[in-house]
Amino acid sequence: MGDFSAEVISHIDRAYIRGLLDKGQRTDGRAFDEYREIEIQTGVVPAKAEGSAIARIGDTRVIAGVKVVPGEPYSDTPDEGVVMITAEMAPIASPLFETGPPQEDAIELARVVDRGVRESEMIDIKKLIISEGKKVYMVFCDLYTLEYDGNLIDASAIAAAASLLDTKFPEVKVEDGELIPTKNMLRIPLQNLPVECTFSKIGKHLVLDPVLKEEMVQDCRLTIAVDEQDNFTAMQKGGGAGPMSLAMMEQAMDLALEKSKMIREAVRKSVKV
Amino acid sequence: MSTEKRPDYLISPEGLRIDGRRPDELRPIELEVGILKKADGSASIRQGKTYIMAAVYGPRELHPKHLTLNDRAYLRAVYRMATFSVPDRKKPAPSRREREISMVIANALEPALFLEEFPRTVVDVFIQVIQADGGTRCAAINAASLALADAGIPMSCLVPAVAVGKADGKLILDLGDAEDKYGQGDVPMAILPNTEEITLLQQDGKFTKEELLEAIGMGMTGCRYIHELQKEALKKAYAKRAPEGAGEEEEDLGEYDDDMEADLGESDLPEEDE
Repeated sequence: MGDFSAEVISHIDRAYIRGLLDKGQRTDGRAFDEYREIEIQTGVVPAKAEGSAIARIGDTRVIAGVKVVPGEPYSDTPDEGVVMITAEMAPIASPLFETGPPQEDAIELARVVDRGVRESEMIDIKKLIISEGKKVYMVFCDLYTLEYDGNLIDASAIAAAASLLDTKFPEVKVEDGELIPTKNMLRIPLQNLPVECTFSKIGKHLVLDPVLKEEMVQDCRLTIAVDEQDNFTAMQKGGGAGPMSLAMMEQAMDLALEKSKMIREAVRKSVKV
Repeated sequence: MSTEKRPDYLISPEGLRIDGRRPDELRPIELEVGILKKADGSASIRQGKTYIMAAVYGPRELHPKHLTLNDRAYLRAVYRMATFSVPDRKKPAPSRREREISMVIANALEPALFLEEFPRTVVDVFIQVIQADGGTRCAAINAASLALADAGIPMSCLVPAVAVGKADGKLILDLGDAEDKYGQGDVPMAILPNTEEITLLQQDGKFTKEELLEAIGMGMTGCRYIHELQKEALKKAYAKRAPEGAGEEEEDLGEYDDDMEADLGESDLPEEDE
C-alpha cells in the first residue's frame, strides 16, 4: 500500500512483470481493468462491535469494526456528530509490516478511506445529535489488515462501508444531565455509498487492483473515490513519485466510474437486513 | 456501547452457570490452522464468543539488533486487542495490560520450543484479539501454539491453556467475560502436556491454599482436553493440505492417516473416546 518500491524484489520479477504488461498480460492472468474476486462478510464481531465486516480482494483481507460511543461534539461543530476512521497495518498481515505506532503509510490509508466517507457525506452527521452542543454520537470505524497482497485501500474502503451499513447501536437520551438508554436500536443515518478504485501505473500501463508484486514495481498509484451520483469525492496519488499523464488519469476516471457500480452492488448485497 | 448489568447470580440454584454450563465445562472451542496465507504459520480460535487470530513469522532477522540472543532465537509475542473487540472502544495504542500479557504469553510458549536451533534470529508471534469475551490470554496461547507448529518451529509439545475461576464460592473452568468481571477470582494457566509442568500461572481474587490447588487440578484436566483439540486441528489442517492421490482424505477428514503421533507426544496420553 505504501511505497514498497524500496523493498527487495528481484530484477527477474521486475523484468517479468513489466515484460508481461508490454504483451498485454498480468502475472495472474487478469485483464488490466479487472478486479480480483471480491468477497464481503458482515456481522463478524457480533457480540462486541456495533457493526463489522471482513472484505477480501484476492489474498488481501481487511476487517473493520464500528463502535458508537456518546461523547462531546467538537466546539466548532456543536450540531454535528463525530466520525473517525483509523487503520492499522498489523504485523499479522505481512512480513513487510512492523509493530509500533502507525507509520505514514497506515496514516495515509486511514485518511484516504476517511476522505471517501467524509467528502461523499456518506453519514448524515447532523443526525448524530443526542443533545445539541452537549452530547453527540461518535462513530469510530477501525480497520485492521489481516492479509496483505496489494490494494489495501480498496479493500479497506469496502470493509469500512460494509461495517457502517451493518451497524446497529443503542439509542440514548439525556435526562437530568444523565445518559439513559431508550432500548431502541438505531442505524447510522446513511445517505450515500462511496467506493474507492485504485490503479497502479507501471511503465506506460495502467492496471486496476494491483497485487503486491505489481505495487512493488509500480511508478505510482492513483486512488479515486466515486459516490452514488458518480461524483469523484476523493483522490490520492501516492505509492511512489512517478508522474502520470492527464490522459492516463482520465482513463482511470472512466474506469473508476464503471467499476465502482459493481463494488457498490457487492457492498449492498453483503448486508443482512 | 456497554449496557451490561451485573447478573443476579453466577451459579444458579440448579448449579449451572449464566451461560448454562456446568462448573467444570469448557465453552465450545473451534480451532483452525493455516488461516492466513502470508504468514509462516497461523491459527484462529473461537472459544465461546472470544475470537482470536495468531500469526507466526520467522525464524527471521531480528530488529532491533540489540535484542539478539547468541545461543537461541528470540521469541517475541505481541498481543493486541482490536478497538472494537470490547464493549467500550479500546484506545488503539498498546496498553500496559497488553504489554504484560504479551510477555506472559511468550513465557508460556517458550519452554516447549527448541529455539536453540535458530540462534541470533527472532520468531515473531502476532496475536490479534477480534472479539474479547473472557479468557483471551489463554485462548491466545492455544492459537499461538498451533501457529508455531504450523510455521514448523521445532517443539516438544503443543501448549494448551485455560483459566479457572471462582464464582459464588464455587470453582469454575474457563471463565466467560461476566464471570471474570463479577466473579471472585481468576487463575489463568498453561501447561506442557508431556511433563505436566506449568508454564503460565497468574492469579487474582481470593483463594485458600486448598482452593488454589483444586483450581490448578481442574485447569490441568481442562488443558489436557484442549491439547487433544489442538492436535485434532493440526492434523485436520495437514490432512486437508495433503497432495491429491496421497490418500482418500480429501473428502473424508475423519479417516486421515494418523502418522504424527510420535511428534506430538500423544503416545503418553490416554486416547480420547470418539
